[in-house]
Amino acid sequence: MNHPLLQIEKVNKQFGGVAALDDVSLSIEAGEIYGLIGPNGAGKTTFFNVMTGLYTPDSGRFQLDGQEYQPTAVHQVARAGIARTFQNIRLFNAMSALENVMVGRHVRTHNGVWAALSGHSRGREEEAQTRAHAHRLLAYVGLAGFANYRADSLSYGHQRRLEIARALATEPRLLALDEPAAGMNASEKVQLRSLLEKIRDDGHTLLLIEHDVKLVMGVCDRISVLDYGRVIAVGAPAEVRRHPQVIQAYLGAGAHV
Amino acid sequence: MSLATAVSPSSKRASLGLLLFALALVLAPWIVGHAGGNTWVRTLDFALLYIMLALGLNIVVGYAGLLDMGFIAFYAVGAYLAALLSSPHLLQQFPALLALLPEGMHTSIWLILPLAALLAAGFGVILGAPTLRLRGDYLAIVTLGFGEIIRILLRNLDRPVNLTNGPKGIAQVDPVTLLGVNLGRTQELFGLRLPSVYLYYYLFAALVVLILFACIRLERSRIGRAWMAIREDEEAAQAMGLNTLRLKLLAFAIGAAFGGISGALFASFQGFVSPESFTLNESIAVLAMVVLGGMGHIPGVILGCVLLAALPEALRASMGPLQQALFGQVLVDPEIIRQLFYGLALILAMLYRPAGLWPSRTGGAP
Amino acid sequence: MDAFIQQLLNGLLSGSLYALVALGYTMVYGILRIINFAHGDVLMIGALVGLSVIRVLQAAFPDMPPVLLLLAAAMIAMAFCAVLAVVIERVAYRRLRNAPRLAPLISGIGVSLLLQTVAMLVWTRNPQMFPQLLPLAPIEVLAGDATHAAVTNATALTTIGVALSLMVGLLLLVERTRFGRAMRAVAENPQVASLMGINPNRIIVMTFAIGGALAALAGIMMASNYGSAHFYMGFLPGIKAFTAAVLGGIGNLKGAMLGGLLLGLIEALGTGYLGAATNGVFGSNYQDVFAFIVLIAVLVFRPQGVLGERLATRA
Repeated sequence: MNHPLLQIEKVNKQFGGVAALDDVSLSIEAGEIYGLIGPNGAGKTTFFNVMTGLYTPDSGRFQLDGQEYQPTAVHQVARAGIARTFQNIRLFNAMSALENVMVGRHVRTHNGVWAALSGHSRGREEEAQTRAHAHRLLAYVGLAGFANYRADSLSYGHQRRLEIARALATEPRLLALDEPAAGMNASEKVQLRSLLEKIRDDGHTLLLIEHDVKLVMGVCDRISVLDYGRVIAVGAPAEVRRHPQVIQAYLGAGAHV
Repeated sequence: MSLATAVSPSSKRASLGLLLFALALVLAPWIVGHAGGNTWVRTLDFALLYIMLALGLNIVVGYAGLLDMGFIAFYAVGAYLAALLSSPHLLQQFPALLALLPEGMHTSIWLILPLAALLAAGFGVILGAPTLRLRGDYLAIVTLGFGEIIRILLRNLDRPVNLTNGPKGIAQVDPVTLLGVNLGRTQELFGLRLPSVYLYYYLFAALVVLILFACIRLERSRIGRAWMAIREDEEAAQAMGLNTLRLKLLAFAIGAAFGGISGALFASFQGFVSPESFTLNESIAVLAMVVLGGMGHIPGVILGCVLLAALPEALRASMGPLQQALFGQVLVDPEIIRQLFYGLALILAMLYRPAGLWPSRTGGAP
Repeated sequence: MDAFIQQLLNGLLSGSLYALVALGYTMVYGILRIINFAHGDVLMIGALVGLSVIRVLQAAFPDMPPVLLLLAAAMIAMAFCAVLAVVIERVAYRRLRNAPRLAPLISGIGVSLLLQTVAMLVWTRNPQMFPQLLPLAPIEVLAGDATHAAVTNATALTTIGVALSLMVGLLLLVERTRFGRAMRAVAENPQVASLMGINPNRIIVMTFAIGGALAALAGIMMASNYGSAHFYMGFLPGIKAFTAAVLGGIGNLKGAMLGGLLLGLIEALGTGYLGAATNGVFGSNYQDVFAFIVLIAVLVFRPQGVLGERLATRA
């Protein structure tokens, strides 16, 4: 492959004259787990929201799998192949776990009103496939027994997994996770890590925006560090860890790497 | 995990329920008619019209989570369409048309119903397109505004061209004629003497069943899931690639279409339409039925309709004579009692049963 | 400029009343982020309670001067509606503070129906004559022949005067007093406000009380101007006042005032001129359509209003 899976160049975004993102570029290769870290207020979430179409950037170039995309509408970005999870879990609470994942299949399926009303065989077939696919994904993330549970009745760790299954259901080229470890205890984090590695080993590409530096250093193949809206370091975890500016940024913020 | 509630779509229970419902639907007019006469069967007819309306509104409010407070406008659109196409009004206004159709329009119900559904759906899209970006409470007020505008237009479009005959309304709307049988008159069918209200009852019941099936199928489809996802979390739904604006428009259009069908039937049944049948209070009445029964849950919605459409009517029928007997005069207008019910239903449902009296096991609050 | 001055006067009259009611919507929205759908019906109850007070006083003290009568009716109705609004908050809204956004709206619709029902029970469904207690003699603002004159009367002028001075008073209250500061703090952030020793519930109760009192006054003035009161008289002013609040920027007190006056003027001038232009085909019978079109246009194209949402800028 001669082009990266995701290539973002020189993104700028200002809020009221303050540069939240200052010429941020990012290049993710297919099949890797990429980490984006940085102290609080570094611009991680802004970048994430720009990339997924929630905020409109002031400038920047966006390429997914060699094809240019304009992150102007959230649903189009998802359609183009970037699926996301949310920092503060956002499931469809009153729906079952299975239905949540089935909603994820929406973009890759076609049944419309007529299929629903007439119940024609092609439509029924697609519906059965959607259901089977969703069951498979639930099993994949370790929620096989929870298909018919209301999403909000699941435990915190399970809700995180459900969100990942729902995102995977859209058959994303890039799975973007916004602080997936937030609020998890140590053992849940270990499980999360092995899940992320399994997803990567099955051929997916992941982008991780994470607060938990230890998790990122452990699981990511490459990392970018943001500080004050600028990329201050890019590289493998071991390199980034020793980068003077990174140490400075984190020590300045009162944490240690 | 012990706190988690398992949800299983026990289809056996569902089909049993459906069977009982069908039985009740077939027998209801005979039981009610036996007890209270044709007036009560007429009440049942109206209850069925309300069920159609409420099932339509349930798609908008219950599934997609959009509070539409002008829903009665779609009922009005259907009703006026039927009235215009099957009464002498237009011919009286436009002599050229009369020359073309000297026998009168007498449009068939088979044409009126699809047209009413289409026109109402069209209105739904027109009203929805500019407004569906608004957040929930603003959408409610805007739809209320649209509903009122439609009513005011109906009241005033007797000038410059007399289209709606203004506040006087349109009379002499043809009764439904089905396969050559005039539902407006008592008919002998299969050795049974069926008064008009019974005939309409079965026509309405058939359409309710049709709409019911459409709703059930939609609820369990890709589209229905998408609506509920939007209701639960619009931003997350977008992030899953759902074109939420288009899906909301679709909900608006389909809900409106059911409203339009119901309105067309209403006009033919009454033989008369006037703007006063389509006030905000009627929109709120339908909303109250959906909310009280259980937003997004079809059995609940039907329960809400039966409770709020039939019970006040029954009270109306019994309270008048009762008061007469007790106090020698009617102290409280039964119409007021009806409104009291609606008001209380809305408040109490929100405070104590936000998911309704008969909520779906996975269903949501507003 | 035919009847321009006359239209202006009419618009000012209805506009100042809309503004008064709009303040109630905007204050409650600013603090609780809910549309108090029953607010218009509080106005209606205010007018009808005022009517009853006048009737009772007239029967008990036939010699009471009319101005005093009106004043007494206004005071009692305002007190009554202040309490009523507080009760509404307590019963229909407080439990729903953390509920989904539509829940308090639906419960408010229920309250609105309930108040109308009560009004029908107490005051019947028929419009009641509201005595004209201020001199009805026309006051000529602009002399001229029939089509160019502009006429008003004492009731209208009093209404405009009282409404405007009350608005100034409320602005001073919110911007200059401790209570006002506390109110703005709660609107900004209830949690932080309560950490600073402010009891948000007290502020919320006060807000509803003030809104209720203003609505009652508006109701009485409306009934005085039109000479009648009935159970449904709150609906349209309520919706229009809400429109005014949004037009000015909901949550923004000055916006509500500006929005009210603006809406009154748009309505009066719009119907006046459109009516004249179309020979009365699209005249005053479309007056309410104007309000609804303004409402829809503002909500769709500029939901933050003319002056922007204020009181607090919480997203």
